[in-house]
Amino acid sequence: MESLKFDLAATPLREVNQYLHSPASELNGKHVVIHNPNGAHNIAVGLKSDVQVTIDGHAGYYAAGMNQLANVVVTGSAGTGVAENMMSGVVHVKGFASNAAGATAQGGLLIIDGDAGLRCGISLKGADIVVGGSVGSFSAFMAQAGNLVVLGDAGEALGDSLYEARLFVRGEVKSLGADCEEKPMDDEARQILVDLLAKSGHADVSPDSFKLFGSARTLYNFHVDNAGAY
Amino acid sequence: MSDTPKTPQTQPRFSATFDPYTLSEIRRAAATGIYDIRGAGAKRKLPHFDDLLFLGASVSRYPLEGYREKCGTDVVLGTRFAKKPIHLKTPVTIAGMSFGALSGPAKEALGRGASAVGTSTTTGDGGMTPEERGQSSILVYQYLPSRYGMNPDDLRKADAIEVVIGQGAKPGGGGMLLGQKISDRVAKMRCLPKGVDQRSACRHPDWTGPDDLEIKIAELREITDWEKPIYVKVGATRPYFDVTLAVKAGADVVVLDGMQGGTAATQEVFIEHVGIPTLAAIRPAVQALQDMGMHRKVQLIVSGGIRNGADVAKALALGADAVAIGTAALVALGDNDPRLESEYQALGTTAGAYDDWHEGKDPAGITTQDPELMKRLDPVKAGRRLANYLAVMTMEAQVIARACGKSHLHNLEPEDLVALTVESAAMAKVPLAGTSWIPGQVQY
Ligand SMILES: Cc1cc2nc3c(=O)[nH]c(=O)nc-3n(C[C@H](O)[C@H](O)[C@H](O)COP(=O)(O)O)c2cc1C
Repeated sequence: MESLKFDLAATPLREVNQYLHSPASELNGKHVVIHNPNGAHNIAVGLKSDVQVTIDGHAGYYAAGMNQLANVVVTGSAGTGVAENMMSGVVHVKGFASNAAGATAQGGLLIIDGDAGLRCGISLKGADIVVGGSVGSFSAFMAQAGNLVVLGDAGEALGDSLYEARLFVRGEVKSLGADCEEKPMDDEARQILVDLLAKSGHADVSPDSFKLFGSARTLYNFHVDNAGAY
Repeated sequence: MSDTPKTPQTQPRFSATFDPYTLSEIRRAAATGIYDIRGAGAKRKLPHFDDLLFLGASVSRYPLEGYREKCGTDVVLGTRFAKKPIHLKTPVTIAGMSFGALSGPAKEALGRGASAVGTSTTTGDGGMTPEERGQSSILVYQYLPSRYGMNPDDLRKADAIEVVIGQGAKPGGGGMLLGQKISDRVAKMRCLPKGVDQRSACRHPDWTGPDDLEIKIAELREITDWEKPIYVKVGATRPYFDVTLAVKAGADVVVLDGMQGGTAATQEVFIEHVGIPTLAAIRPAVQALQDMGMHRKVQLIVSGGIRNGADVAKALALGADAVAIGTAALVALGDNDPRLESEYQALGTTAGAYDDWHEGKDPAGITTQDPELMKRLDPVKAGRRLANYLAVMTMEAQVIARACGKSHLHNLEPEDLVALTVESAAMAKVPLAGTSWIPGQVQY
């Protein structure tokens, strides 16, 4: 694979991102390594071709934001909103992720090896997120579609005001949010979990150790007797 | 027959506090146990542009010849950072109104009307439709808290991006599209099951304060290679501080929406009691821009209750660069037309007062997703009506500007205005007519 290096200590971010927005014919199949990210914000945002990007170190806010097709690896930790609104492709954070990881993401796969902060998968719209560690409070708030897999624990108010997303948690759940309830693990859900564990490097983890949570659907249409839940 | 004189009867007297509307609302609340949700903006009487008058030219200043001497109306938005600023022929733009709240043909008609006169339209909650992108030569893409239908391809297709923080009708509030308006198409665009109430969040999911907003704006610029102007839209509450923070966060354009501004669906109590009138918001916003040396560098778009060329001229004279219209554009398309009176009656209302835009039963086919009702709106004819109306507003503003001796609408200034009421004088910071008194300002 043809490899290309950028050093963010020497090259402005604008130049790097501009290059990463080159036509797919230029980028497809290439591997781009970004050195010295040092927590810079907005690295590798808006990618739209089948390029492999390695951010070698820690990334700031919105790393790989709105990703399409690309495969982005952050070798360190990522700041707020990693892979926010991702459409497709794979984003893999080897360290920890801060708040709102994978917010509103519509497609693709976000893998976080460590823990994720508050509001992981908030407003999730179809993407898959696998967190090797734990997730903070208010994760999957108003999540509409997609799957969130948590190998560790979940904080308070998991899945508050949930729509149709599936939440798989292996550890403890501190509390469930309004309208979120435990569901029986049917075959379809189990298969989804098995596939996601395999794709994210956790093939050895048993799907039987997870609980499934989903929407009780009582808040789907406003009714005054539920006013206290809003 | 008795001769006892009849006691004179006093007329039945209604309370000003418990007026008939208030009484009906108490009864409605008691019967349903639910607050009233409706469309449109604040309906109570508020200090507004009608409370201002222009001082035409006479001996001390000379006017321009109507029809002969040029009076420019164009405006460029996004000159601060964007590589491709937007050029409009008229400073009257179409405000963001969501597909979902509005039908596909209504969005198409807005695009047709705006494009015909060289101005922009704006998407809304729910994303960009091909109808609108196809017909709008200049399209602003809203980036909202819900991110329904938010797609980076559409972001790149837009001519500008508007980060929505709030709306004048409901500053601090999210949105709600009732289940009956969630058709298959709307459900698919928003990634929701059909028929459920779609709740729109009131805060963005991946940023909170102004420091985060700066990073978010930088992200949007990076994704679009710094080409597109980035607007920040706020509901009018603390305009001085909100405008200051938006400019510090890197906005190219600030959109300021007063409490008369329309909405597709919000609680009546929110619409009528939260936020400040458009008239009260403009001067503090302009002051903020001036204090930063940014007036005319970061453009200000004002909305909320703009109805005619006089309103446009007054907003511009107070320091705005352009205005946006929502409700008035819908009326130009055919909303609330007395021609449909019998149908409004059947819905328990009357033409001119119909505001149940969230219910999807609009007889004019505008605020609906019902395929039969939608067909009633001919997007070509409705677009033509909107184009006519926009042209009239522009000409009216020119009439006023020429009378004040201005060769461009942007040359109008607060010194051209006086106020009819003490309130409007204080809010607009122009003297009460016939006096030199501006309440709240120290006279030296
Ligand atoms: C039917 C309708 C739908 C609207 N949808 C949105 C929206 O999706 N996003 C938004 O920022 N504002 C929305 N607005 C508010 C308008 O953008 C604008 O602020 C307001 O209409 C301006 O005031 P006016 O109606 O008095 O002209 C909507 C308004 C109406 C009437």
